Amino acid sequence: VCTHRVRSCSSIRSVKSKYVCVFDKSALKFSHQQRLLRTSAVSCGQIVQFKLSDIGEGITEVTIKEWYIKEGDSVSQFDSICEVQSDKASVTISSRYDGIIRKLHYSIDEIAFVGKPLVDIEIDASKGVASEEDVVETPPMSHEEHTHQEIKGHKTLATPAVRRLAMENNIKLSEVVGTGKDNRILKEDILNYLAKQTGAILPPSPKAEIIPPLPKSQTVPKDKARKIPVPVSRPIMFSGEDKTEPVTGFQKAMVKIMRAALNIPHFGYCDEIDLTQLVHLREELKPLAEIRGVKLSFMPFFIKAASLGLLQYPILNASLDENCQNVTYKASHNIGVAMDTEQGLIVPNVKNVQVCSVFDIAAELNRLQSLGSAGQLGTSDLTGGTFTLSNIGTIGGTYAKPVILPPEVAIGALGKIQALPRFNGKGEVIKAQVMNVSWSADHRVIDGATMARFSNLWKSYVENPASMLLDLK
Amino acid sequence: MVLQPSLKNCLWLPCVLRTPKAGFRSAASGSLIIQSVSNDVYQNLAVEDWIHDHMDLEKRQVLFLWRNSPAVVIGRHQNPWQECNLRLLRQKNIKLARRRSGGGTVYHDLGNINLTFFTTRKKYERMENLKLVVRALKALRPQLDVRVTDRYDILLDRHYKISGTAAKLGRTSAYHHCTLLCNTDKFVLSSVLQSPYTGLKSNATPSVPASVKNLFEEDPSLTSEMLLDAIAKEYATHHQIDHHITLINPADETLLPGINNKTKELQTWEWVYGKTPKFSVSTCLNMAYKDSVHEVKVNMDVKHGRIEVCNIDLPEQWLPPALYSDLVRSLTGSKFCPNETTTRVTTLLRACPQDDELHSKWNLLCENMIMLM
Repeated sequence: VCTHRVRSCSSIRSVKSKYVCVFDKSALKFSHQQRLLRTSAVSCGQIVQFKLSDIGEGITEVTIKEWYIKEGDSVSQFDSICEVQSDKASVTISSRYDGIIRKLHYSIDEIAFVGKPLVDIEIDASKGVASEEDVVETPPMSHEEHTHQEIKGHKTLATPAVRRLAMENNIKLSEVVGTGKDNRILKEDILNYLAKQTGAILPPSPKAEIIPPLPKSQTVPKDKARKIPVPVSRPIMFSGEDKTEPVTGFQKAMVKIMRAALNIPHFGYCDEIDLTQLVHLREELKPLAEIRGVKLSFMPFFIKAASLGLLQYPILNASLDENCQNVTYKASHNIGVAMDTEQGLIVPNVKNVQVCSVFDIAAELNRLQSLGSAGQLGTSDLTGGTFTLSNIGTIGGTYAKPVILPPEVAIGALGKIQALPRFNGKGEVIKAQVMNVSWSADHRVIDGATMARFSNLWKSYVENPASMLLDLK
Repeated sequence: MVLQPSLKNCLWLPCVLRTPKAGFRSAASGSLIIQSVSNDVYQNLAVEDWIHDHMDLEKRQVLFLWRNSPAVVIGRHQNPWQECNLRLLRQKNIKLARRRSGGGTVYHDLGNINLTFFTTRKKYERMENLKLVVRALKALRPQLDVRVTDRYDILLDRHYKISGTAAKLGRTSAYHHCTLLCNTDKFVLSSVLQSPYTGLKSNATPSVPASVKNLFEEDPSLTSEMLLDAIAKEYATHHQIDHHITLINPADETLLPGINNKTKELQTWEWVYGKTPKFSVSTCLNMAYKDSVHEVKVNMDVKHGRIEVCNIDLPEQWLPPALYSDLVRSLTGSKFCPNETTTRVTTLLRACPQDDELHSKWNLLCENMIMLM
């Protein structure tokens, strides 16, 4: 291994010392082959000490704030190595070499000195040493990076490996779109460019780039275009990998609840609901609610109807204790509405629906929804529910098989509203607004007949909203 | 798509060529003054990133003028819990952003103007930029007592800070940006920049509080627009270019390819909160339950914005041990975030035995824990 002192030429040290200070420019005048013969005898890579270069403004020390790499990582030239801070200035230090990081000289929050080694990088000696700059104690920043390829006045950034690949395939780098940092051209960009040229279909890379179809003006003349294009027989390399990650905290909580839910013997009951009348009613009432500052959806009607039904069948608003010894009939109808958020499934509930009007429920839902989207729901909004409705239909679906959320004993899932042809009483085909409801209930305390009767009652309220007036409290 | 590299450098030529007289002179020195039409802090920070990453500043320097609707902007290596009142921000819908430059925390609203000076790394020179700003202010109102300090602040009447500075240096380019208080709501400023969180220990860059004053208080005839114009004029004179401000739209993907991704990245939780240097929380909850008050010691280590270690010193048997360990396990690894914690603890509660007393204790403890975030 040859070692050179900074600024002095070719004093060849003994093989024992591993560290190589960066070559002086004048040293490049010596023939490469000579040196390589000597280096190859010892190790496969040379360790280069990458020193912290001048920050400017006479600054001599900085604080290391973040490492972007760790020992053993491979880096390419221009990759970011770390972030340092000095007096309100945050500086990104990038690598000057391709290689493998062998040592970090500082840990986070330590003070690093300009001109002293920052990291040790093992560079591949067989690649030869591309033009370096000398790293002197106080280097002037007057020379630019030499590995830019000035083509048509553009700076095309690419590592030597990428450039070799382009050259082997007769590709002009100026025609390739770079997707790396600073528009750097990466190996994938060359491959994508090749794919576009030959019409081969490359499977999606891990970055999942969508290759746009060629615009018509670029396709071959019409008669040829009619033929089915034959893919070029290129070996298809699938570069996707399985990805394993730990179960998140929220998923852990869900696992626990679902295990508890597994102990509940579920049975399902489904039905089709004709919402034609409700749709009309809502259209009438929507502007009234808006005047009062509230957005009116279908949910307030579904929730109120459920509460009216629970008054007749209170077992559905109950809770079974752990040992199945006691059933507690809950006095409050705290009806939850399942909401899908970034954090996971949350079920904010409207408290005491039994004493709320449809408008009250709508206002409360508005409040919960806006808190929910702002991520500001409190624990009281999310606990204490006794019965749940899931409006999965807003996403899609017809029939579902919802899972009961402990400690409740029943749940309903509402599918999407579709306009479908149905027969009316006179045998005529009419357009009906149809929605499916799927109930699940705890068979330990609820029997099929009770669930069916509750569902029929709920259905009658929702299909014929005027009938709710008779039983509203 | 192949246009991309050519767009990078030829980008500003169409703008410059619009004013034919200026074109020739601009080509000589090359500098450019641009102003954002957006008041969205994330979009504007994304423009800074874009220029820093994509523009060739060798032949031309750039001055970028921008203003934001109410937002708190923390420095690259700062701790938002330490720097501001996050609860108040959430309540008042004030945005929180983390910029890529270093330095301390600032409050932005439309009464505050932001100036970013883009140069190559060699030409990075903060003092020159600030002196330019002072010259501009004095040209506008000669009687103003404004000066630059060696901490790169601008002081009014030798005492009040009207401008703070921060900078970002990359491989080939650099930028220095600073604020200028024209007519900011000082009441909101002081209330949001006061952290209510106690017991935080970290190596994050702390902010240095300072007395501030608006230029408007000194001279009510001044407006943000006048200040922007004066600074642009001084910059144009200094760089020998036409006093012409080019407006840009930070949402324009054709003009600034890739800008929308940058804007999105700046808004992610991982960037805003996750980039907080490791810190610890060591505090005492005072929980009043029934007739007794419990002092509960809490210790947490937070790394990348997530709770690494969590210790809650509860009185023995106050909560069933299984439930306590469920809580600790659930908190460990989760974001130090009230929303996420609320979701988790309320979900966990479903798997608990249905006991009113237990529920109230659980809710009490969890609400106290959430207050820490």
